[in-house]
Amino acid sequence: MKSKTLSNEKRAKTMLTLLFTVICLIYVLPVFFVLLNSFKVNTFVKTDTFGWPHGESFAGFDNFIKGMTFGNYPFLKSAFYSLVITLLSTGLILLFTSMAAWYISRVDSLFCRIVYFACVFSMVVPFQMVMFTLSKTADTLRLNTPWTIPIIYLGFGAGLAVFMFTGFVKSIPLEIEEAAAIDGCGPLRTYFSVVLPMLKPTMISVGILEIMWVWNDYLLPYLVLDRTKYMTIPIHIQYLKGSYGTVDLGATMALILTSIIPVVVFYLTCQKHIIKGVAAGAVKG
Amino acid sequence: MKRKHDGSAVNSKLLRRPIQRCFPIFLLPMTAAFCIGFVYPFLKGLFLSFCKFKTTSKWTWIGLDNYVKAIHDSSFVYSFWYTVLFALVTLFLINILAFAVAYVLTQGIKGSNLFRTVFFMPNLIGGIVLGYTWSMIFDGFLGRYGSSIIMSTKWGFWGLVILMCWQQIGYMMIIYIAGLQAVPEDMLEAAKIDGANKWQTLWKVTIPNVMPSITICTFLTLTNSFKLFDQNLALTGGLPFIIQPDGSSIHTTEMLALNIYNTFYSQNASSRGTAQAKAVLFFIMVACIGLIQLRATRKKEVQQ
Repeated sequence: MKSKTLSNEKRAKTMLTLLFTVICLIYVLPVFFVLLNSFKVNTFVKTDTFGWPHGESFAGFDNFIKGMTFGNYPFLKSAFYSLVITLLSTGLILLFTSMAAWYISRVDSLFCRIVYFACVFSMVVPFQMVMFTLSKTADTLRLNTPWTIPIIYLGFGAGLAVFMFTGFVKSIPLEIEEAAAIDGCGPLRTYFSVVLPMLKPTMISVGILEIMWVWNDYLLPYLVLDRTKYMTIPIHIQYLKGSYGTVDLGATMALILTSIIPVVVFYLTCQKHIIKGVAAGAVKG
Repeated sequence: MKRKHDGSAVNSKLLRRPIQRCFPIFLLPMTAAFCIGFVYPFLKGLFLSFCKFKTTSKWTWIGLDNYVKAIHDSSFVYSFWYTVLFALVTLFLINILAFAVAYVLTQGIKGSNLFRTVFFMPNLIGGIVLGYTWSMIFDGFLGRYGSSIIMSTKWGFWGLVILMCWQQIGYMMIIYIAGLQAVPEDMLEAAKIDGANKWQTLWKVTIPNVMPSITICTFLTLTNSFKLFDQNLALTGGLPFIIQPDGSSIHTTEMLALNIYNTFYSQNASSRGTAQAKAVLFFIMVACIGLIQLRATRKKEVQQ
């Protein structure tokens, strides 16, 4: 009797594995179709979207070559600026918000509480509320280049980071820092050689969330950057699709594929951290 | 008061004062950037919603006129109800499906990790890229019937629903998995010994225990749907549109964020005041959802 229910359960589990294998295959189909269509001649993308590229519809790597210089703006330049903005912004956010969070929870003055409250408040403010005034402010202060836009990201993205860091700093026992202080460490040294190493797990979580946000962000860089000179990958793709009457769909698909590949590689290499980071940042509203 | 208990006041000389002296290094950079990137634009935006303006430097105070105009703008009202409908549909679909997936993946079936990886993957792809990926697929499908995603309101809606489900199920699944793994093992054991079947265990033990995750996911899907912009812009861009008897037009798949954006950056620069008023109303809606969430999570904490 018991062995029968056991084998039933086993069979059910095998069925579930099979079922989920099928679901997962369907789940990756959209990306697969991008792959398929990036090798097709433009006119066939619309008429024969789901077919295998063959004979006359097969374009080889033409789409990729065409896509790279499509729209008078080299795609690699956009990719480079995307990378610069993402790395600089994430670096700035991690360094300065974690320092601020430590200061806020250790000093705990009225001013600190106001800053903290404002940061938490900023998490519920949608971008549309500030976009017009923010883009004008950024223009006035010359923050409209890939090298300076990270300051805007630090400002607008501080909320979640400060919130997460403060939550963690509060759980660090004071005794450790006291010991450091007694041993003669100044605040800077205490922070960099005692607090910072303990913050590492939270750093990774916040870093992952910020990377995912900044890399994929479209509207903020679109409005803030000087678009005649600088583009990022999302802006580039939107620009190709949006501003031409006749879009070369094959080339667009090739570019979409090129922009997905690094993301997938990044995901597969840091998967564990990414999933942990997402679970930790779930409080975000 | 609280400070006395954890003893940090005693050590204020040791820790607090030296840190306080380093204010320019620790707190100032973040606060300065925060003022540039958030505080100033927010306050200025709030102020400008009561003004007539074309650029941020030239404005005239007109009081509540912008708000009156915003509320009487039929395209804004339409996009509001469209967004509410969209938010409710995705709320149920995403949460039910994500919970189901998370539940199965925590039953110890083979390949769980791989499945989890696949389901989460769409989250890393940006909204614009996702929008165009799916518009290609829908157009390839609808093209056979001589239609297109930007020609049909019905497909525009369900297309976006499918896209959002595809993207967000993985994200919510992660949160549900974390919740499900925290369900005390002995409770499940006790239910089993008491002769509860799987269905009863799910409803009477598991679901009450993952209530916090359900609250989080509910509000996450709600705010995500309300704030949705990139995917909406890339998939349909609000198309198709119908022309009203009074000459104005309604884009039938346009959500709130896109409506505000289009009002800001339309040919008619004098509508910017209205757009800013719309943005303030939009902010109030999103903030209300956030506040209700805060209360809901607080209540749960008290009960536990």
